[in-house]
Amino acid sequence: MEPIKTFRSRTVVMPSTNIDTDQIIPGRFLTTTTKEGLGQQLFADWRYDASGAPKPDFILNKPEAQGCRILVAGRNIGCGSSREHAPWALCDYGFQAVVSTEIADIFRNNSLKNGLLPIVIDEATHQWLLANPGAEIEIDLEAQQVRLPNGQSASFTIESFARYCLLNGVDELGFLLSKEADIARYEARRPA
Amino acid sequence: MSTPKTMFEKVWAAHEVVPETPDTPAVIFIDLHLTHEVTSPQAFALLGKHGLKVRRPDLTFATMDHATPTRTEQVFGGAPITIDSAAKQIRQLEENCAAYGVELLGLQDARRGIVHIIGPEFGLTQPGHTIVCGDSHTSTHGAFGALAFGIGTTEVGHVFATQCLLQKKAKTFEIDVRGRLSAGVTPKDLILAIIGKVGVSGGTGHVFEYRGEAIRAMSMEQRMTVCNMSIEAGARAGMIAPDETTFAYLEGKPRAPKGAAWTAALERWKLLPTDAGAKFDRSISIDAAALEPMITYGTNPGMVVPISGHIPDRKGDPVFDAAMKYMGLNAGEPIHNAPVNVVFVGSCTNGRLSDLRATAKILAGHKVAKGVHMLIVPGSQEVKRQAEAEGLDKIFAAAGAEWRESGCSMCLGMNGDTVPKGEYAVSTSNRNFEGRQGVGARTLLASPETAAASAIRGRVTDPREFING
Repeated sequence: MEPIKTFRSRTVVMPSTNIDTDQIIPGRFLTTTTKEGLGQQLFADWRYDASGAPKPDFILNKPEAQGCRILVAGRNIGCGSSREHAPWALCDYGFQAVVSTEIADIFRNNSLKNGLLPIVIDEATHQWLLANPGAEIEIDLEAQQVRLPNGQSASFTIESFARYCLLNGVDELGFLLSKEADIARYEARRPA
Repeated sequence: MSTPKTMFEKVWAAHEVVPETPDTPAVIFIDLHLTHEVTSPQAFALLGKHGLKVRRPDLTFATMDHATPTRTEQVFGGAPITIDSAAKQIRQLEENCAAYGVELLGLQDARRGIVHIIGPEFGLTQPGHTIVCGDSHTSTHGAFGALAFGIGTTEVGHVFATQCLLQKKAKTFEIDVRGRLSAGVTPKDLILAIIGKVGVSGGTGHVFEYRGEAIRAMSMEQRMTVCNMSIEAGARAGMIAPDETTFAYLEGKPRAPKGAAWTAALERWKLLPTDAGAKFDRSISIDAAALEPMITYGTNPGMVVPISGHIPDRKGDPVFDAAMKYMGLNAGEPIHNAPVNVVFVGSCTNGRLSDLRATAKILAGHKVAKGVHMLIVPGSQEVKRQAEAEGLDKIFAAAGAEWRESGCSMCLGMNGDTVPKGEYAVSTSNRNFEGRQGVGARTLLASPETAAASAIRGRVTDPREFING
């Protein structure tokens, strides 16, 4: 993974509450054996009509959404299925951060493993972001700050180990593998 | 005397390989890793990329369920599987399991079934275990006093490679269910009521423990239905203390401990329940006796009402308005008599033998209403065999319902078993999200009893009209 430190982007706002992982990537697209290319199917049932043509009213189909790397969602995004295809699809599409006041546990974990920042912010900042779609904001992972164009900023928390991995572009698997001796000791004393 | 502990804290402490520090999460050992065709291919690829092996194939168990066909001719008759990419996923799991030495129940294996149904059937699901699977309904196994939760595919790869996971300790959440459920009110109705009360994100960051008289009175199959939907309230795991019901269920199961190992296991398991005086981070209580059959009306499982109730009027709330538009239902209307086109009985929530018996009991002597398609899919081939031995399949056939081979089927429509656009499905599954059961499908979640009663009338129907005569 590429190290992530600070980046700026305009936001895409999807104000719906409880955007579940079935919306992010519908189940019928999970019969894939790779991670690549899922961005095409991101939000498929909201994004395309029955013939597969883009629905012009959907935010990701609008000109102003093109190139945006930060998704601001309504309260509680990522509930439902454990499918990692959801962050894979968001990343493949080009998103680097998802911002909300609540993010579901498994989706949050899966996002961290893929360099997609799950950013939980306070209600007031969230309201400002919802009211100002397309605002150019800065996300500083090291300082755990979201900086708004009005000069205000908000803090968020990414647990220290995940933050270390993201800042340095290292994989969590390496850390787990380095615990081989501890794992072997545990296995030796574990009941059969 | 040591500080009283919750069951979750005991199971957690017993699996810490490396404790949590301010800088690093805990390394937790996993006793059982269940895997299936949909969330494993990219994890096996990770092993290949790093030249790693599956560290503990003896603690890893694979089946296929999500994308598998349920039509007999496609499972056993050599007919082509409808969806090419699903067929490819199935082949890939066979290849991966062979290459990495993982035990697999293949498509035609007589013991195959939904991963959360067969774990308990095999006796692999045991009290005090840590159990993970790349599937959010892994919470089901918590019914045995296991700490069981869903993980993503990267984590599936971590468990393959190290049999461990990096985890931050969750908070605890007690759900005390007082009194007993009344006739016609099922564990499915209870968990729907709990989700309605807690909300779809109310359990985020927590592990539930279901306690109280109504829980103790339940069979293991019923407890599994409750724990299964913990994730629908945002909790990754839901646990129930093991007791004599648990031990009686497990004794003699193929992979349960035997002889002296069984005696030793029982001693360990009896220490698992939460100590008197242990503190939970949050607690709620719910009066079981006050509950009615429950049914969802919206597009998440928290949008739920008693079957004799009305759809609430929250016009102006964008979530509510969007749900009503999608569902084609109206604020303030009674949910009773709402239209039904499809009825689905099955899934890891309600695809066990007791669910099929409950369905058959209501269907017996009746016909599925004209124009309603009823699909009944057993949770495993073992459930199918037992149901057929009792003649339940004959009752289903006589009623005009379709009876299939086991799998996830119409719960998530990955295998081509879908609800047509715009149609209403009363479903015993776990999610009523937009498009979950097919593009444009409108799902009403309910118990098998409510599903069967609604199939007969062709309208949403209170099952107590049949149960109470």
